[in-house]
Amino acid sequence: MSDQNKDIDEETGVETTGHEWDGIKELDNPMPRWWLWTFYATCVFALGYVIYYPAIPLLEGSTMGISGKTNRSELQIEMAAADASRRDRVAMLAEQDIEEIAKNQDLVRFAVAGGASLYKVNCSQCHGSGAQGGPGYPNLNDDDWLWGGDLEAIYTTIAHGVRNDEDDDARFSQMPAFGADGILDRPQINAVTEYVLNMSGQEHDATLAEEGAVIFAENCTACHQENGKGNRDLGAPNLTDAISLYGNTRTTIRAQIQQPKHGAMPPWIDRLREANVKQLAIYVHSLGGGEEAPAD
Amino acid sequence: MKNGKEAALLGGATFVALLGAGFASDDLFRAHAWVLVFVLAASTIIMMRRMEVVPAGQVPVQKDTSGYMDDVIRYGVLATTFWGVVGLLVGVIIASQLAWPWLNIEPWFNFGRLRPLHTSAVIFAFGGNALICTSFYIVQRTCRARLFGGNTAWFVFWGYQLFIVMAATGYLLGITQSKEYAEPEWYVDIWLTVVWVAYLVVFLGTIVKRKEPHIYVANWFFLAFIITVAMLHLVNNLSMPVSLTGSKSYSAFAGVQDALTQWWYGHNAVGFFLTAGFLGMMYYFVPKQADRPIYSYRLSIVHFWSLIFLYIWAGPHHLHYTALPDWAQTLGMVFSIMLWMPSWGGMINGLMTLQGAWDKLRTDPVLRMFVISLAFYGMSTFEGPMMSIKTINSLSHYTDWTIGHVHSGALGWNGMITFGALYYLVPKLWNRERLYSLRLVNWHLWLATIGIVIYAAVMWVAGITQGLMWREYDDQGFLVNSFIETVSAIHPEYVMRMVGGLIYLIGALIMTYNIWRTIRGDVRDEVPMGGNLAVAPKIVAAE
Repeated sequence: MSDQNKDIDEETGVETTGHEWDGIKELDNPMPRWWLWTFYATCVFALGYVIYYPAIPLLEGSTMGISGKTNRSELQIEMAAADASRRDRVAMLAEQDIEEIAKNQDLVRFAVAGGASLYKVNCSQCHGSGAQGGPGYPNLNDDDWLWGGDLEAIYTTIAHGVRNDEDDDARFSQMPAFGADGILDRPQINAVTEYVLNMSGQEHDATLAEEGAVIFAENCTACHQENGKGNRDLGAPNLTDAISLYGNTRTTIRAQIQQPKHGAMPPWIDRLREANVKQLAIYVHSLGGGEEAPAD
Repeated sequence: MKNGKEAALLGGATFVALLGAGFASDDLFRAHAWVLVFVLAASTIIMMRRMEVVPAGQVPVQKDTSGYMDDVIRYGVLATTFWGVVGLLVGVIIASQLAWPWLNIEPWFNFGRLRPLHTSAVIFAFGGNALICTSFYIVQRTCRARLFGGNTAWFVFWGYQLFIVMAATGYLLGITQSKEYAEPEWYVDIWLTVVWVAYLVVFLGTIVKRKEPHIYVANWFFLAFIITVAMLHLVNNLSMPVSLTGSKSYSAFAGVQDALTQWWYGHNAVGFFLTAGFLGMMYYFVPKQADRPIYSYRLSIVHFWSLIFLYIWAGPHHLHYTALPDWAQTLGMVFSIMLWMPSWGGMINGLMTLQGAWDKLRTDPVLRMFVISLAFYGMSTFEGPMMSIKTINSLSHYTDWTIGHVHSGALGWNGMITFGALYYLVPKLWNRERLYSLRLVNWHLWLATIGIVIYAAVMWVAGITQGLMWREYDDQGFLVNSFIETVSAIHPEYVMRMVGGLIYLIGALIMTYNIWRTIRGDVRDEVPMGGNLAVAPKIVAAE
């Protein structure tokens, strides 16, 4: 550095370093003290942190620090505390019969809160975040149940699922493909469609519906009953109400008779714990449409 | 024969690309090879039309190589402007896709493919071109030497554009190695390596043949940026191609080692590309525009070395509370905290350089741009160390807070300083007396600032909302919210974020117009900046 190039900056009175590049000079100001001391402070903090927590890698593992705390150990402590606070109630949920649980108000509150949380993580993807369902996925807020709406029935549906290969106790039924398998021809399907529209109180062709009533009686009553109210043992839906899994219009009803869709649901008893499935059943039961257990 | 060799090389490369298309072992590679054939064939034709044959016996006209090599920088300025607008536009599009998912057009224009297009266009196309052209400008002037290596600088420029085109078309086709900010597959990576080495040769060669006794601080930062990015790029992209004519490769790393390598790369892409490189720009343009000496030589030395030393270790803070061993998380955090002051050293040296020249802010919107840029730099380099603290990270991680943080850095610091540099460079490079309009620069400045503030503010709100909702427990100890509820809760912020980005884009379009008119040589008839204030001193004088 050639000292003879040093000059004094007029604006600030500070000496320059004597360097110059393309007209840019440098002042010889010291580093701001606050800057330097803050830098030192962060270094001291870093040193303290390194001493307190796991920090220096060794051949096997690392220094554990004075605290000995790791992500995992802290998580385990928190999980253990959470588990301890609900261990009793979880045990009761797991052991007691679901109808018995329903009589314990405190336990029901706990089950509904836990069920709501489980529902959001596991069920909302298909049934919707408000349990409102959607085409192909049942609404869980109403009182129209395919497989039954009392606690036991809901528990069984959640635990074993519907039409899956994983669980031997899964709910199972299969409506024949009346059109695709050639059981009924096209005019017959059209006639039954008009009859089903009639049953749910919708605008329909009366002549065709009369014709359809005969076909219905011959082909459909085994499952859907003569009055069309369905059969929960077979998961056969009630056709007389306005609620329909795959749609309640002429087109969707016809499509369902032609080649029915068969929705599936996984079993949850292996994915979740016994107490969790009961929590979910009690939560779904509490949504509005839950039914009393049959008197027998 | 002028340009003959280049045309022949390009023609040969076109043929090789054609072979690639012919022998491709998968459809994606074939499609990508056709893109390359098209680009190279077009370049060959252009080069052939520029061929000049010198008749025997005549001496070919030598290009004047005595002065600075500025042609390539002019191209760089235009490329920076172009890619800036493209990158910001894609940003506005993907912000809209997040707010209104039906805007996802399958398969080429869905969010998953456009998002890397946005990040690469902004960081590597806009930022990269800005860094290459400003470093070429600065290194020549601060070394008083013409760029080393003759036409190598042109190779760097066009080679880099080819990299951008291949990366971008690859994303849209669905070719990716799924490493954030390093998405291009192995063959594009190799090409970038070649270009980058050429860049290093040009830059370093120029420094070696400098006529100044000392190396200016801006060049330290540029050199650190070029060398470190080369190292990061090489290590993170180590992989084994499935086939030499295929678009798929497998990384040399797996599991948590892969994650750590990726974030060692990813964080230092921020550190050395977006911080060190742009500090190089800052150290030249701020003193030039303010016409003031750099505030402190000692500060520049200490903050340079501490920044370089500390930044490289900070990457693990991207992996807090993951499978990464605790010791690595600890080190990632403490190095990030120690990085706070070294980062701020650049801001202090930049802002304090205005000592004795603050009054110029009244009349010079370009200088304002640099100041705003340094302010955002200071803000985001405080926010970064803060977010690396594990307790805070447990709230901020995976939320939009991170997105807001990145954009206050990218839009505020990188964007603004680049705009300032472009406004500085255009009149000089095209020999214009002044910019077309300083008033429009001021419009750009305020639109950009408002855009960033909206963007960052709504992302803070969105991020903290998400973070709090994700960890919300009820009195029985159960989680309260489902994921989709946390998404719908921040929809208004997503819309506002798009608006913020759109305002920023409009500012950039105004700049483009201003640059175009300046290059044409137009000067807008307007009241000078601070014109109304010019009356004030007269009143003082009368007293």
